[in-house]
This record gives sequence, structure tokens and C-alpha cells, in this order.
Amino acid sequence: MPADAINALADQQADGAPPRQPALGFTGGLRWLWRQLTSMRTALILLFLLALAAVPGSVFPQRGASPLRVGEYIQDHPTAGLWLDRLGMFDVYAAPWFAAIYLLLMVSLTGCILPRCFHYARNLRSVPPATPRNLGRMPEHRSFTTSASTAEVLGAAGTALRGARFRLRPSESGAQDSMAAEKGYLHELGNLVFHVSLLVLLVGVAWGSWFGYRGTVVVVEGEGFANTLTQYDDFTPGRGFSTSLLAPFSFTLDSFDATFLAEGPRRGQPDGFTADVTYRETPDSEPKTQRIEVNKPLAVDGAKVFLLGSGYAPVFTVRDGAGDVVYSGAIAALPQDPSFTSNTVVKVPDAQPEQLGFNVTVTPTAPDQVDPATGPRSVFPEMNDPRVYLGAWAGDLGLDGGVPQNVYQLDTSAMEQVGRKDLAVGETWKLPDGRGSITFDGLSQFANIQVAHDPGRWLALLAAVAAIVGISMSLVVRRRRVWVRVTPDGEGRTLVEVAGLAQTEWAMLGDEVDAVLATLPGAPVAEKEHA
Amino acid sequence: MSSESWAHLSNALVYSTIIVLSVALVAFAADFALGTGRRRADQRKQRTVTQASEGASGDTAVTTAAPPELPADERWARVGVSLSTLATVMIVCAVVTRGISAQRPPWGNMYEFTVTAVATLMVIWVAMLPRRPEWRDLGLIVVLFNLLLLGVAVLVLYTESAELVPALKSYWLWIHVTSAIIASSIFTVGSLSSVLYLFAERYERRGSASSPRGVRDAIGARLPSSKQLDTVAYKTIAFAFPLWFFAVVAGAVWAEDAWGRYWGWDPKETWSFVTLVIYAAYLHARATAGWRGRPAAIIAIVGLAAFLFSYFGVNIFFVGFHSYGGV
Ligand code: HEM
Repeated sequence: MPADAINALADQQADGAPPRQPALGFTGGLRWLWRQLTSMRTALILLFLLALAAVPGSVFPQRGASPLRVGEYIQDHPTAGLWLDRLGMFDVYAAPWFAAIYLLLMVSLTGCILPRCFHYARNLRSVPPATPRNLGRMPEHRSFTTSASTAEVLGAAGTALRGARFRLRPSESGAQDSMAAEKGYLHELGNLVFHVSLLVLLVGVAWGSWFGYRGTVVVVEGEGFANTLTQYDDFTPGRGFSTSLLAPFSFTLDSFDATFLAEGPRRGQPDGFTADVTYRETPDSEPKTQRIEVNKPLAVDGAKVFLLGSGYAPVFTVRDGAGDVVYSGAIAALPQDPSFTSNTVVKVPDAQPEQLGFNVTVTPTAPDQVDPATGPRSVFPEMNDPRVYLGAWAGDLGLDGGVPQNVYQLDTSAMEQVGRKDLAVGETWKLPDGRGSITFDGLSQFANIQVAHDPGRWLALLAAVAAIVGISMSLVVRRRRVWVRVTPDGEGRTLVEVAGLAQTEWAMLGDEVDAVLATLPGAPVAEKEHA
Repeated sequence: MSSESWAHLSNALVYSTIIVLSVALVAFAADFALGTGRRRADQRKQRTVTQASEGASGDTAVTTAAPPELPADERWARVGVSLSTLATVMIVCAVVTRGISAQRPPWGNMYEFTVTAVATLMVIWVAMLPRRPEWRDLGLIVVLFNLLLLGVAVLVLYTESAELVPALKSYWLWIHVTSAIIASSIFTVGSLSSVLYLFAERYERRGSASSPRGVRDAIGARLPSSKQLDTVAYKTIAFAFPLWFFAVVAGAVWAEDAWGRYWGWDPKETWSFVTLVIYAAYLHARATAGWRGRPAAIIAIVGLAAFLFSYFGVNIFFVGFHSYGGV
């Protein structure tokens, strides 16, 4: 039977009260609405909606993760894209309808769990209900007769149950004929801890996304970074962000090392990245050194500094026609393939007589022969035999037009090609017609670095751990009742009944009942079952 | 032995497991066709009933009935269990040798996840048989499901044994993946049990007295009682739920170290969340009047579908951080 009967009871508790006709009037209507919202059925439906609503975010590209792909998608599907955009399908997890679902769920949760918390607190000291009349209908039931007196049996039962940490119903006035005991209150406590933790978890997540920030920056070996807005290549603040939340740290990338597998089926796959940095928590604090690796970020003042990726940065010196050094330094090149064939552009606006521009392809390990169809392709990602392939242009770089230019592209509309050449480290190319020269001084590496600050993450983690502990507790501990009844049979012997009932079906209930029974005077020795 | 020969040994073990499981499948199919599942179930039920009635009437009886006679055609189920046990040992060896070959825990790509998941599922199922005889009646569907998984692993997902990308070198990964594999294996047992529940429940609802018609009745007539299947489903899912929650949280902790955010609604994260929410809905449904039984079982099956999608679908269809699976 009774699993269902008890479940029905749990339903009633969960729903606050048995369903009633909505009372007329405004407050009555509100109360009815509230009861609907906080019912288990609504929770169930909201859970479903939440699962369903999360799905489109994995189907369509999302602005937060890949804005470029969103743009492409809208370009490829103009009509559908427009509508999907209006519906928030490219920003699902920030969409109002998504928020509506989880906020409703949280309201429902609060409305459902708070009363249960109060109820739990009020009943901390409550006593188990009286022994039911017919113990034979309980899922576990044993009986025997003994020559011991009723008082002796009940005394032994009390000792055994108390020893097993059951809560006992105190004896009522008059001759006592039974004992009622209950155990497993931690089940409900675990359930409450779990649900309350879910609320706290949401608070932690919201807190972090409101006051947190995230930014990325490319830092070349030997160069530095200070945590200010202008230094970031890309920056995503939370809505409550203000620049005062930027921790005033800075660091220098002393050296960067990427290693790749040299053999085996995954030859060329990255094997490890390490970045050695010197950092200061504030401009006046002592410099410290640390090694950052993948999965091992640097933590400074609440922010975390991660290594996202890497690339190569060729170092050039450019002299112009007059022999003056008009350019000198490293420039990051964008990797084009897994072997780090990378492209970049060098713009030299100060060169005389004409401005110079170079298209640069970098191969950390140069091929023996360049395939004319594909152009130069690196044969291995590590810096074994670096080489640059240059295309030189002279004329007007078009930097004065006021239109911001892509730093990785050369606008050659007002330039003429001067020539092509490839260089190994240390080599110089003297440009024709007295336009100057370019020297390939060497290849540096750059690190793609992300700085992230999420002030809510500890709260979220704490809540998640509490939720796991709570739910485990609630699923492991069973609330159950055990009764012992004694009835004198009028011939000097006592009929003893022992019965048990668990709130949810529970295989161990029988063993527990047997254990209590075994301590009673005159109990038969139970045969152990061999299944 | 060289890394490659360990890898070959591992592959040979996987193929052998497939062969042995196929034979086990035939044995379980024979057992199923003879309809012993329900007879066993009936006997178990009878046993509990006698126990209860003895207790109620009994003056001095806390006796437990002697183990009931087993049906004569029990032998097919026994053959199935023996072969499954052998297959379990072999697949566990396949996982171990793969690990020796790659010199790391062997769950670094989709092929390895899948083989390890099969090993886990088989170990859990076989280990529970002595304690929970009713689990044997899941044999047909568990073996069938594992064969399908191994087939997909070998034919679609196979990747050679090799080093990992740097992002995967973290002990949180092992914690995350290990708990995810165990939790999902247990979820799978529960949801498969819910599939069988639907057949058994339908058969019982239509009245087992009326002569069975159609395939669904024929299946239902050979299954243990819906109540037992429901209990297996509930217990396994309730057990796996906190573990899955833990796996998701461990993944978030790892993501925080690897990518700088603990949660980013990456497709894999999204679908593990969807799976979690659906199984939470299942647990709620079990506690809500009007949703017990069939609706709850259907939710459990939807949960498995969501899980399988997060496992295979996401790596195949979507682009995301988790697409290192090697497909
Ligand atoms: C945020 C989403 C929620 C999740 C992930 C969740 C998850 C769970 C889980 C896993 C259980 C365990 C079931 C068991 O003990 O067998 C549970 C039980 C329960 N939940 Fe939730 N829940 C959520 C929201 C809610 C809401 C909104 C309500 C109230 C309307 C609610 C009320 C309950 C109740 C009353 C139980 C206990 C059922 C029983 O006594 O067996 N939950 N929940």
C-alpha cells in the first residue's frame, strides 16, 4: 500500500493545502494564483520549460560566445535571422523569456520551500503520531508471543529504539500498550538544504555576472600589460561594472614557451604552454614571478589571468631611403593553420620617400619548397627553422582617411608592389629603387591572454556543494516509523507486534524492523535469508 | 610491450567483447522468448506475500520462505549472465590496456569515453545481480544497449591511442569525467528500466487475463511486474542524480581553470544542464499525484534521450569548446 498513501500525504504538504475552489474577490484570486504557482505541478512544468528553453542556445550561434557567427548566420538567412534575432534566439540566456522562466521557477521554489522550512523548524520537536489500530496492514509486520510481561517488552523496545536514535512518542496516561517511533528527519532537512541552495546558487551566478568582467589581450614576449580598460583588445563588462572594479595589477610576459608533439598519430598537436610572468598587485608592490600554464591561471586580487592560446610575432627593423630606422619591433601574426603558418602586416607610415607596407607570412618551420598553389606553409608548429615571406608595397597606406583600418590588412589601392622576398633570421632585404631595407631580426612568441573576474564564483561553488550534500542526504536518509504493540492474551502470555512504514519504498526497512524485534524478550531467532 | 601493442591488445579485447556480448544477447533473447522473466517476478512476489501472511497469522513466525524453485528454463538466463560476466571482465581489461598504451586514464576522447562507459555500465549491472535478482530481467535491454554503444564506438568514434591536448590535462577532468561516466551509466540502467516499464504497465492495464495480442503485449507478458521495474528506475535515477550534479559542478570547476569561466552555455554544458533538469523533473513527477507511473517513465526516457544527445549529438552537430572529442 502505503507508499502511495504517504506520497499523497507528501503532495498535500507540498501543495500547502488540498485544492479548494478559488475564493471570490481580489485577495482570494491572488491567493489562488499563489497556490497554483507554488504547487508541485507548476514546478514540474517550469522545470520542463527551463530544459526546453535552454535548447535553442545550443542550436543557434550566441552573441556572447561567437558574435561573428551570429553575423554570418543573419547574412545567410536574412528573413529567418531577423525573426530569430527578435525572439532573442542569438542571446537566449540573456533573453527576457528565459529569465521569466527561471525567475518564476525561483519564485515557485521560494513559495514552496519557505513554508516547508518553517514547518520543519516548528516540528523539530514534534512527536511521532500515535500507533495505528491495524499494524497488520503495514508493509513490514512481524509478530510473536512471549511469556515476558507487556512492560518488559515495551521497556526493551524503548531501549532498542532509543539506541537506534529513533524519536519516541511519549507514553500517554493510562496503561500503555504500544510504542511509536520515528527516524530520518534528515531527509526533509536535506531536501530543504538542496532547494535553498539552488536559490543561493542563482544569487551567486547573478552577482558574478553583474559585477564581473572579462577581457582578452595579446601580449608579445618581453612586453607587458597593465589592467586598465585601454589595454584590452576586447572587453566584456557586467552591467554593474565600473572601472574602479579593475584590480590595479600589471605583469610582464618574461618568456613564453609552447611545445608540440613531435611524433605519434597526433604529431603537431599542442603539448603544453607555459608563460613566465613577473607581476605586481599594485604599481608600488613588490614584483613577483609566476608560471602560468593551461589549467593553471595566475590569480591576482580576485582576478584570474589565463592563457587562451599563442602565436608568433616576427621582429623587424625597417630603414627608409634616407637610412633612418623608421620601424622596429615585434608584431603579432594571426595563425592560419595548426602548423602556425601565420599572417600579418607591417605598416611604416614614416618611411621616406614613400610610405611602405609589407604583407608578411611567417612559417616557424619553413618548408623545403614552397608550393605555388598554396603559398608558403609551415611544416611544424615549433620554431625550428623560422622564415618570413614578404610582399613589399610602396605608396599611400591610406591611414589619414579617418576610417579605422584593420591592423591585419594592407589597403593597397593607392600602392604599387615593389617586390617579393623570403628571409631567414638575421637576413636583410634591400628594397629596389633606394626605398630602404627590412631586416628580419627574429621570431618572438605572443600569448593570447584572458583576464576574468567573477566575484560570485565562491558563493556559487559553495551553494553547489551544499546542494549536492543536501540532495544526497535527502536521497539516502529515509523517513520511517516503527511501532511495537503488546496485547496480553489473557493466558499470561503477551502477543507482540512489530511493524514498520517508510515514507518512500525502502528495501532496508525489513532489516530495521527485524533488528528491533531481535532485542525484545522472547523473540524468535530469525533465520537469515540467503538470496 | 610497446604502446602500440598495448593499443592493439585493447582493440582486440573490444572486438572480443562484442562477440561475447552478441552471444549473451542471443541467450537473453531465448530467456525472454520463454517468458521466464515474469515467472521469476511472480515467484518473488509470491515469496513476499507468503512472508507477509505468515507474519500476520503467525504466532511464532518470523521465518523467511526458503528460496523458491527456479523455473527449469532458467538456464538461458544463466548462460546470458555468465557470458555477460566474461564480457565485463574483457571490456574492463580493454579499458586498462588502453590506459597503459596512452599512459593516462583512458577517457580522453569520445571513443574512450564510450568504451569506458560500457565497461562501467556492465560492471554496475553485473555487480548488482547477486543482490538484486530482478536486475537480471534487464539483461536483454542492457546487453543490447551496450552492443549498440560499442558498435558506434568502433565504427564511428574510433581514435588512435595518443596524447591529450593541453586543456585536457587536469585532474579535475578525471574527476569530472569519471563521475559523469558512472552517473550516466546508472541513469541509463534506470531509463532502460522505464522503457520496459511502459510495456509491462500497458500489459497489466489491459488485463493479463485477455489473451495477449500484438508485439507490445507479447513483450509486456514476458517482463517482470511494472512495480518492480518502476522501483529499479526510481532507485537508480535517485542514486545517479546527485552524482550527475557533482559531475556538472566538477566540470564547471575545471572550466573555470581552463577557460576562465565556470559556466558559458557551451552546447555540452547546455545539454548536461538539460539532462539534469529533466531528471529533476522525473524525481518531482514521482512525488506528484497524477504524474506517477507512465508520465514519470516517459520523463525518464526523455532524460536518457537528452543525455545521449549531450553525449553524441553535441560533439557531432555543434561547434563548441568541447569539440575535442575526436569525431
Ligand atoms: C530549480 C529547480 C528544482 C530542482 C532542480 C529540483 C530538484 C528536486 C529533486 C532532485 C528532488 C528530490 C526528489 C526525491 O527526494 O525523490 C526534489 C524534491 C522536491 N522538490 Fe524540487 N526541485 C526544483 C524546484 C522545486 C520547486 C519550484 C518546488 C516547489 C514548487 C519543489 C518542491 C519539491 C518538493 C516538495 C520535493 C520533495 C518531494 C518529496 O517529498 O519526495 N522543487 N526536487
